[in-house]
Amino acid sequence: MRQIWETPGGIHPEQNKHQSTGEQIGTIAMPPEIILPMGQHIGAPATPIVEVGQTVLKGECVAKPEGFFSAAIHASTSGTISAIEERTITHPSGMRALCVIIKPDGKDTWAPLNPCDDYTQLSKDEILERIRNAGIVGMGGAGFPTAIKANPKSNRKITTLILNGTECEPYITADDMLMRERADEILLGAQLFCHLLTDVNEILIGIEDNKPEAIAAMQAAANALNDERIHVVSFPTKYPSGGEKQLIQILTGKEIPSGGLPAQLGIVVQNIGTAVACHRAIVHGEPLISRVTTVVGQTLEKQRNINVLMGTPIGFVLQEHGFVSDYKQRIIVGGPMMGFAADNQNVPIIKTTNCILAPSTKELPLPAPAQPCIRCGMCEQACPASLLPQQLYWFSRSEDVEKLEEHNLFDCIECGACSYVCPSNIPLVQYYRASKGTIKLQREEKAKSDHARLRFEQRQERIVKAEAEKEAKREARKQAALEAKKLMAEKAAQPANGETENTTNAVDKTASKVVDPVTQKAKLTRALTSAQSRLERANAQLQTNIDEDNGSRKDALQSKIKQAELKVNDAQNKLDAFNKEHDISSSEPGTPQAKNSSAPSNDKGKDATSPALKKMAMSDAEKQAAAVASIEKRLGVATQKYKEAQEANTPTADALKLGVEKLEQKLSDAKAVLAQQANDVSANTTQPVSKNEADAALGAIERAQAKAKAKAAMTDDEKKQDQIASLKKRIDKAKTRLNKAKDENDDNIAAFENAYNKLQDKLTQIS
Amino acid sequence: MQFLKVTSPHTSKQGQAGNVMLSVIYATIPGIIALTYFFGVGVLINLILASLFGLGFEALILYMRQRDITFYLKDYSALVTAFLLGLALPAYTPWWLIAVGMFFSIVIAKQLYGGLGFNPFNPAMIGYVVLLISFPLEMSSWITPAPLNGGELPSLSAALGKVFLGHELIMEGALLDGYTSATPLELMRQNDGQLVNQLYSDNPLFSQALFAGVGWEWVNIAFLAGGIYLMYKRVFTWHAPISMLAALGILAAVFYDGGSSSSLGSPLFHWLTGATMFGAFFIITDPVSSAVSNRGRIVFGALIGVLIFVIRSFSNYPDGVAFAVLLLNFAAPFIDYYTKPRTYGHKSKSKSKG
Ligand code: SF4
Ligand code: SF4
Repeated sequence: MRQIWETPGGIHPEQNKHQSTGEQIGTIAMPPEIILPMGQHIGAPATPIVEVGQTVLKGECVAKPEGFFSAAIHASTSGTISAIEERTITHPSGMRALCVIIKPDGKDTWAPLNPCDDYTQLSKDEILERIRNAGIVGMGGAGFPTAIKANPKSNRKITTLILNGTECEPYITADDMLMRERADEILLGAQLFCHLLTDVNEILIGIEDNKPEAIAAMQAAANALNDERIHVVSFPTKYPSGGEKQLIQILTGKEIPSGGLPAQLGIVVQNIGTAVACHRAIVHGEPLISRVTTVVGQTLEKQRNINVLMGTPIGFVLQEHGFVSDYKQRIIVGGPMMGFAADNQNVPIIKTTNCILAPSTKELPLPAPAQPCIRCGMCEQACPASLLPQQLYWFSRSEDVEKLEEHNLFDCIECGACSYVCPSNIPLVQYYRASKGTIKLQREEKAKSDHARLRFEQRQERIVKAEAEKEAKREARKQAALEAKKLMAEKAAQPANGETENTTNAVDKTASKVVDPVTQKAKLTRALTSAQSRLERANAQLQTNIDEDNGSRKDALQSKIKQAELKVNDAQNKLDAFNKEHDISSSEPGTPQAKNSSAPSNDKGKDATSPALKKMAMSDAEKQAAAVASIEKRLGVATQKYKEAQEANTPTADALKLGVEKLEQKLSDAKAVLAQQANDVSANTTQPVSKNEADAALGAIERAQAKAKAKAAMTDDEKKQDQIASLKKRIDKAKTRLNKAKDENDDNIAAFENAYNKLQDKLTQIS
Repeated sequence: MQFLKVTSPHTSKQGQAGNVMLSVIYATIPGIIALTYFFGVGVLINLILASLFGLGFEALILYMRQRDITFYLKDYSALVTAFLLGLALPAYTPWWLIAVGMFFSIVIAKQLYGGLGFNPFNPAMIGYVVLLISFPLEMSSWITPAPLNGGELPSLSAALGKVFLGHELIMEGALLDGYTSATPLELMRQNDGQLVNQLYSDNPLFSQALFAGVGWEWVNIAFLAGGIYLMYKRVFTWHAPISMLAALGILAAVFYDGGSSSSLGSPLFHWLTGATMFGAFFIITDPVSSAVSNRGRIVFGALIGVLIFVIRSFSNYPDGVAFAVLLLNFAAPFIDYYTKPRTYGHKSKSKSKG
């Protein structure tokens, strides 16, 4: 005998297993309608691949899996697709969801199958693919796609395969009967799993000791197979030993870490029915289209297990078993401990339906009214997860989320043992479900608001940065103006040289301050076209959304369109006004100021400007050197002029002399600064042109100013190139952002796309 | 056809909160018999009066809180409180004392905190302690156990006269000076100079007893029997009572001092005197005001055992059960915090965040 381990808690409810084990697994007549919900498993619902009116054969795929966590759905008999529509599905919430409805033709004709006598000839991927295509999911619990479970991450070595034949819930005997009747198929299925999992060195078949026939049958089959990895392990009956976590604890003494998976312990647990289904899928090529279900309860004439087609309405099953409705009738899908009440008789049997319980009111009395919790602690003694149900109950009532999490609410497996023993009849599990729901919702909301806050902060940062830049630019302009004034004054001292200098200043000023009408007009036109294109896009989007009948999105888009229209109008108005104001004559280049100046030619002005401005872009030391050089040059020119004037004896000679002296003074000053800079490495804060700017804080301004000037100094072409380059850079950035958003499925995709398109538009406009 | 929609589980163990409470009441029967045998009809009068007052106050409050009176009275929690206080009070306690006690138990300690399940303190013990502090004389007047009184017990009329009219208890052929006498606990505490053996042989209360004082030892054994019945019925787990008795026994053994004149009594003496067994199985097992987890209850019980020993031996109060229980009721939330059980799949007991 293998060692087994004790588990905490647990209860011993009335077994009620004998009613349904008296007969062999039976079958029932063909139902008038087959209802196949698209979501019978954990994960995304399948997508129908058939059309209404199409005929299908038994075993033909009617819906393909949607993504990794999904499973295919097959026609469980031959017939015609009569509808693809929303129906109430077999789900605790009683929600409606998409179903494929088949009207059976009564012939039950099989589609061609793809059997395989020796699966070891197939590659593992091929086997997994076949399991996946057969639509097999865990048939005992939540419907986890089996292909995924049979293919754990490569870094997890699975050494133990557990087949769960516990069936600890009262009333249910589907696995029990399967083990009695098809033990060989179960073990072949287990061997198939081992083949897929490679490293398995023990197959544990856990069965509660209240199923002696099943244990004997499995043992006999194991002996026949002569596979020494197989161990049939029986252990005392106790609810909920069949929970995955509890079964692992009983058989191995290990516990799955909270929030973890059995695979972390090198264990995979499979259901008995799933093993049979996998075996049949590979060896016989049969997809999962029927299952063994227990039909039991005192309102039925006949209680037994049946092999029933998926999609058979529960009402039909009941009717076939002589169902007479009781007062306040409940129909429970699953067992009395964890099953849920079906909404009506039209919900179908699905892949996870292991039992239909139609109890009389006497058999399972309705819950008595809850009394106050007397803290008797019986729930605590019953809890298999070693939680404190009474505490969880109090915290649930006071909605103390923190305490609930502290007491590990999420480790509750909702087995119902606590509710079962509670002498005050408190529906404890109901409280836990509600609290879990609330907490999950809160977590989602928190994640959302965190995201929003982050975005807000980033935006604030951007705004602050933009403000700082603007400020720097403003300062730069101010400095430029000051400098211009100074230069003007200097020019007054050198009238002969004044012309170009003056132009430089004028261009300087106007370049940074006044936008010429042509650019302005171009800008306005651009604004107009971009607004128009935005409007078009919004319209197009609206159209697609109308087609998709997406209500809330439509409203949002409509308001967007209105905004876009307003913008278009606005832009149009502005452009009109501008055109009127400037007539068409505004195509003439240059600004009034530039016109006033004696050098109207823009090109000339710019040529003259560039050396002066280039200097601003240079490093401080270079700048200083350049300044010295320029002053020397100017000094040379001035001296030359002064000499000429002296020779010609013009009245300006004195003034010129003053200028020469001044320049000499300046030169020596500049030279001194240069020398000092050579010594002083941190001298880049020292400003060459005016010494009172030697303040470090102004360094940034100086640099911004230099940049602005450098820009102003560029030719149109250069400017354009520059702009294009920067735009391209921005487009790249926008693109990566957009892609990232797409990857993360961010809800700002639209905004990013918009920004990206806008940038693209701009680029085409410029180049 | 539309079916009834209810959530799982769809079945439950047949049994109600009231059944738990009723089992507690049944389990007091051996103790009641023993007490009545040794102290007479006054014990029953206590119980009847306490029950009437208890149910009366409970109904009154439920009425004022506009609750369904019969539904809540059927949980029998008020009756249990009444029984516990009635058993804790000395027999032949004046009626008004019982009324005051029940008022504090039911109205103040239970209903004002929100009713059953919300009370942080054991209601019966609150009532008891209020009385003990306010009326120490009445609260420590235990009559001499019948065997020491020639088998005489007060008659019913004498008892009623004492309870309702405040008459002196006159017993036919009363031999002793007055009708009350010291309890074994008082004798032990007041003892100085005598070896325990001497004390036992000199004093009829001990010399005529088997283990630990005439009458009291049997009362305790009776309550122990009731407690075992409740454990068997799984009304409570063994953790709190057994750890309390163990702690009390260990301390008694440590301070027994070989039975010298400064001895504080043997473990057996402590187990079978005063309210030890009553406290261990009927008071500290009150689930509402005790610690919640199994480990928590072990700590809870052990600390009560320690406190009982300390109060019994070093203070002037007749017994320490009530004070010890109330103090630990107060500490129960802290015990809970540090003794949370290890949840499945968690490495160690989960610490709160931060
Ligand atoms: S079993 Fe019910 S009454 Fe008892 S402690 Fe748990 S919730 Fe409270
Ligand atoms: S439902 Fe949750 S709390 Fe209740 S016994 Fe089961 S695991 Fe424990």
